[in-house]
Amino acid sequence: MGDYLRPRDLDEALQALTRPFTVLAGGTDFYPARVGRPVTEDILDIAGVAALRGISESDGGWRLGATTTWSELVEAGLPPVFDGLKQAAREVGGRQIQNAGTIAGNICNASPAADGVPALLALDAEVELASRDGVRRLPLASFITGVRKTALLPGELVTALHVPRPRHEARSAFLKLGARRYLVISIAMASVVVEVSNRTVAAARIAVGACSPVAQRLPDLERALVGASADMHLGEQVQPGHLAPLSPIDDVRGSAGYRTDVALVLLRRLLSTVAA
Amino acid sequence: MKLEFTLNGRETVWNGAPVTRLAAALRDDLGVTGTKIGCDAGDCGACTVLLDGRQVCSCLVAMGQVEGCSVETVEGLESGDSAVADLQQSFLDHGAAQCGICTPGMLMAAQELVRGNNKPTRAEVEETLGGVLCRCTGYGKIVDAVMDVVARAPAPAPPAGEAVGARIVRVDGHVKVTGRDVFGADAIPRDALWVRVVRSPYARARFELGDLAPLRQRLAAVLTAADVPFNGYGIYPDVKDQPVLADGLVRYRGEAVVALVGERADVMAIRDDEVPITWMPEAPVVGVDAAMAAEAPLVQADKPGNLLLKGGVKRGDAASAFEACAAVAEGTFETAFVEHAYIEPEAGWALRVGDRIEIHATTQTPYMDRDEVANLMRLKPEAVRIVPTACGGGFGGKLDLSVQPLIAIAAWQLGRPVALVYTRPESMAASTKRHPARVNAKFGCDAEGKLLACDVTATFDTGAYASWGPTVANRVPVHAMGPYAIPNVRSWGEAFFTNGPPAGAFRGFGVPQAAIAHEAMMDGLADQLGIDRLEFRHRNALRAGDTTATGQTLAHSAGLAQCLDALRPHWRAAHEAIAAFNAKGGPRRRGIGVGCMWYGIGNTSMSNPSRMRVGLSPAGTLTLYSGALDIGQGSNTIMVQIAADAVGLPASQFALVTGDTDLTADAGKTSASRQTFVSGKAAEKAGQDLRQQILRLANAGPEAVLSLEGATLSVRDGGEVRTIDLVTAGPLMGEGTFDPPTTPLDADGQGVPYATYGFAAQLAEVEVDVELGTVKVLRIVAAHDVGRAINPTLVEGQIQGGVAQGLGLALMEEYLPGRTENLHDYLIPTVGDVPEIECILIEDREPLGPSGAKGIGEPALVPTAPAILGAVHHATGVRAHRVPLLPHRLREAIVKQSEAKTT
Ligand SMILES: Cc1cc2nc3c(=O)[nH]c(=O)nc-3n(C[C@H](O)[C@H](O)[C@H](O)COP(=O)(O)OP(=O)(O)OC[C@H]3O[C@@H](n4cnc5c(N)ncnc54)[C@H](O)[C@@H]3O)c2cc1C
Ligand code: FES
Ligand code: FES
Repeated sequence: MGDYLRPRDLDEALQALTRPFTVLAGGTDFYPARVGRPVTEDILDIAGVAALRGISESDGGWRLGATTTWSELVEAGLPPVFDGLKQAAREVGGRQIQNAGTIAGNICNASPAADGVPALLALDAEVELASRDGVRRLPLASFITGVRKTALLPGELVTALHVPRPRHEARSAFLKLGARRYLVISIAMASVVVEVSNRTVAAARIAVGACSPVAQRLPDLERALVGASADMHLGEQVQPGHLAPLSPIDDVRGSAGYRTDVALVLLRRLLSTVAA
Repeated sequence: MKLEFTLNGRETVWNGAPVTRLAAALRDDLGVTGTKIGCDAGDCGACTVLLDGRQVCSCLVAMGQVEGCSVETVEGLESGDSAVADLQQSFLDHGAAQCGICTPGMLMAAQELVRGNNKPTRAEVEETLGGVLCRCTGYGKIVDAVMDVVARAPAPAPPAGEAVGARIVRVDGHVKVTGRDVFGADAIPRDALWVRVVRSPYARARFELGDLAPLRQRLAAVLTAADVPFNGYGIYPDVKDQPVLADGLVRYRGEAVVALVGERADVMAIRDDEVPITWMPEAPVVGVDAAMAAEAPLVQADKPGNLLLKGGVKRGDAASAFEACAAVAEGTFETAFVEHAYIEPEAGWALRVGDRIEIHATTQTPYMDRDEVANLMRLKPEAVRIVPTACGGGFGGKLDLSVQPLIAIAAWQLGRPVALVYTRPESMAASTKRHPARVNAKFGCDAEGKLLACDVTATFDTGAYASWGPTVANRVPVHAMGPYAIPNVRSWGEAFFTNGPPAGAFRGFGVPQAAIAHEAMMDGLADQLGIDRLEFRHRNALRAGDTTATGQTLAHSAGLAQCLDALRPHWRAAHEAIAAFNAKGGPRRRGIGVGCMWYGIGNTSMSNPSRMRVGLSPAGTLTLYSGALDIGQGSNTIMVQIAADAVGLPASQFALVTGDTDLTADAGKTSASRQTFVSGKAAEKAGQDLRQQILRLANAGPEAVLSLEGATLSVRDGGEVRTIDLVTAGPLMGEGTFDPPTTPLDADGQGVPYATYGFAAQLAEVEVDVELGTVKVLRIVAAHDVGRAINPTLVEGQIQGGVAQGLGLALMEEYLPGRTENLHDYLIPTVGDVPEIECILIEDREPLGPSGAKGIGEPALVPTAPAILGAVHHATGVRAHRVPLLPHRLREAIVKQSEAKTT
């Protein structure tokens, strides 16, 4: 049986990490990976660290504490730019998972099908990482480096996600496709943030998940949308060529061709709805 | 580490490793076993509790995180005076608990919502319950119960003679909604040793065991094939082909190889790679084409060509009749391995008592278990006692042995109680599956739409061992033409061994697979001739007086036409609404389909008797001794209802003893939809027998009215009342036996395979997103001829649960060894996937059955997939030839179809 630490403050947690520990937050990825076998690792349970909780706002934007749960996110008073992330939160597992699972856990677990990731990418989120040596920030796209791989260094914890304030009126939405209604691993999902000024698109950030090892932003599409009029026809701007960054695979949930096909549909629908 | 928290309002101290899962701490250390474990992975929600008022999966919460918090479990719902909470009462009144294994989790999830909102909307209820799976109910009655939580008095119990037909609350309902029911893993003795099974990672391999002595030193025992006195079991007396532990050769992934026995923590701590096994993998035989190939390696050395069995039904001359047909439809349909996915994994424990072995385990068939374990251990059947625990869902998957042999052998050797609880992946890898089928069908009719001929060949993948393969291969040819009168029939069934998981019994024994084919043919012929699909079926429906393809004339109770009549108004109205919806255009298109079925009740041409007893003790205790196992479907309740009316005393006065092979007589297995019809009839006869004895004692006539108060039985005959002092009369015992009359089938499949048949028709409305390939089932209307509904609430529950499984079969369920061995990759419908299901009960009495009743368990599932697939075809023009119709498969077919149209 390994050690189990449950620090209350961050320093204590970071101090502990000077030797290897497995971090435990909501446990919703941790325990399912350990069915039918005893847990013997040394555990650092960060769920009790007050500094990692809660959502705060500043001039530059918002700070989402690492252990913010999906339910807390849904219940938080946040502007429409967060609608997509909230919709994603409602699609993570069932209610029990939303009550326990955390946003940092989702990105650290680095599943290609993590529903939080495209929504956070579309928010241009940055990951705040802390260790005894200090704090650094990485764009989310650089933090997740592959399937179940991140740029987290030994001794580091994810302490928060930072979401910059959009420059214009921002709208956002998220769509998930799965083979059943609840508790389902995404076949594909997409999230969009569209900033609107004078009824035209001033900026757009778009990400697609489960169609590549790491969810991808679609820069060509984002550029193509700028200047388009923000109405129900916005979705028609999406062209197959815009999906070039995706590299879907065949698996039990769907074929590669199907994933590309539906990614396009999800994007068209999302854009037309947020713009209308 | 010592941790303090509040459990159901009480300060609680717990001591242990803080990484321990809350679910395990509750069950193993704190003795509150109402919280269930179905997966230990967050996928099923059976372990749902409230943590500081919010629902969480207790299998995902570390005890370290519980310190200082408030935990509420099902045990905390009852108010102080042990009255059930309004929510629990609502579950009872609505029949929301069937097997009950999901019930505590459902209740706690619902509690999160209803605590602050006692009139929630359907959408709110679905959101709240989205993370709790139920495999039995189809969710409808659960949603109704949560939407309707009001303080109300329990409904009055029906008086004597009026139990049959009444919606009485299930007799085992109270223990199910309070978490007190004892399932396979709930009452394992504290001093039990545990088994952990090492299983094959390969579908086909030879293996050698290395030196096990070091492991044996660390553990109480390490069992191998050599420890099994007779290492072969199987459903049929002449096919004992499945080893308890493989002997040098494994035939499927998940097959048991070595059993580690010792203290629980010790066996769990041993990794598979610490067990010295040298594997020599071989190329597996995958699928029936590979099995049939000329050079195919044999799966079973004594089964040439990998053939398990073949046979069929022949009547008239199908080949030449096709020539006279005005329309002919043809098609090939394929289905996958389907997992039962009962929420309770296999579990149990055994104890040696002198020269006998006692097995407490979850099962569907106590007497078969007894005889099979006796055979494996070379003991007399009387030396084995099976004490079934509550069964958290079976659906056919708990007809085969699971934990029983290993716990029995270990307990026998070691003289200590020994337990085994499968993990979810283990349950999925080791247990039987629905047979994958390929059905080639050809049907023809005349210009008026009268069916003239059919030719069906069904080929089944029976996996590595025979299990119930012969039952499937025999049953399907009898049913493959569908519930229609067809003069010229050739139907054929064959089953082949492969290195897939053993395919066994699963609700319908192959008939659901065949129904997908025959119903597609009905649609095809109707469309060719421009006849309404429902009317086409109505025209051909088997009716009383018709002769079936096996040459059996149906004397009574063939209510398919009535079922279709009942659907007709819904069918017509829906057509109009759908046309209006589709006229709006857009990517969502709606469609409607209809599916019909018939289903022979009980074993195919084989004796399957049940024996029941009803006793009246000198103290005045009226007891039904029923060997018919209630696996959630409600047989405990309806047996009491039937027996009560047969005796003439109120159902509420009955005590029930069920399942234990020492205390009850053999009532056969809970399968083949036979318990209501066969055991129900036996219960009726037993009740009548007791009544006769009483009337004789009282010298009273047949119309006499009985009443029981304490040890005094009063018999009122006309104006006269006689009392019987039961103390002087001594114990009374009524007995009844029933074996449905059938005859063997000859070489052409002619004979009387079943004494009676259930009939049904269901319609499904769907909405297809043609751009995504997704199908949302909007509504099901299910009309079932059940002969007589002994308890309409329970019948509806069976129908709704069967529909949900049929929906899964059609749209999402596919077991792939090594890839979908858990409940997040293997998808079963959630509360958000099952639509509202309207049940219409047709009661075309079967004179042989108790009060005219037949069966409903399997018939409920059979028509659903055909109706859904017909609706998808109606919406899109795409006919599915392979299920599950996953979104990518449907989308690809839609694209292909539109490409074909444009070229
Ligand atoms: C039934 C079920 C359904 C699910 N459905 C979905 C779904 O639909 N969509 C989806 O995206 N996910 C789903 N998940 C996955 C999971 O719930 C989410 O990924 C969740 O957000 C993980 O958070 P957690 O706090 O529970 O992580 P944990 O399990 O506690 O941790 C996950 C991993 O991240 C590491 N970690 C956690 N926090 C930190 C930190 N602050 N710093 C460094 N490392 C850290 C841990 O060491 C661990 O490796 C589901 C899980 C289950 C069990
Ligand atoms: S046991 Fe916890 S979710 Fe299945
Ligand atoms: S009653 Fe829900 S799983 Fe059996």
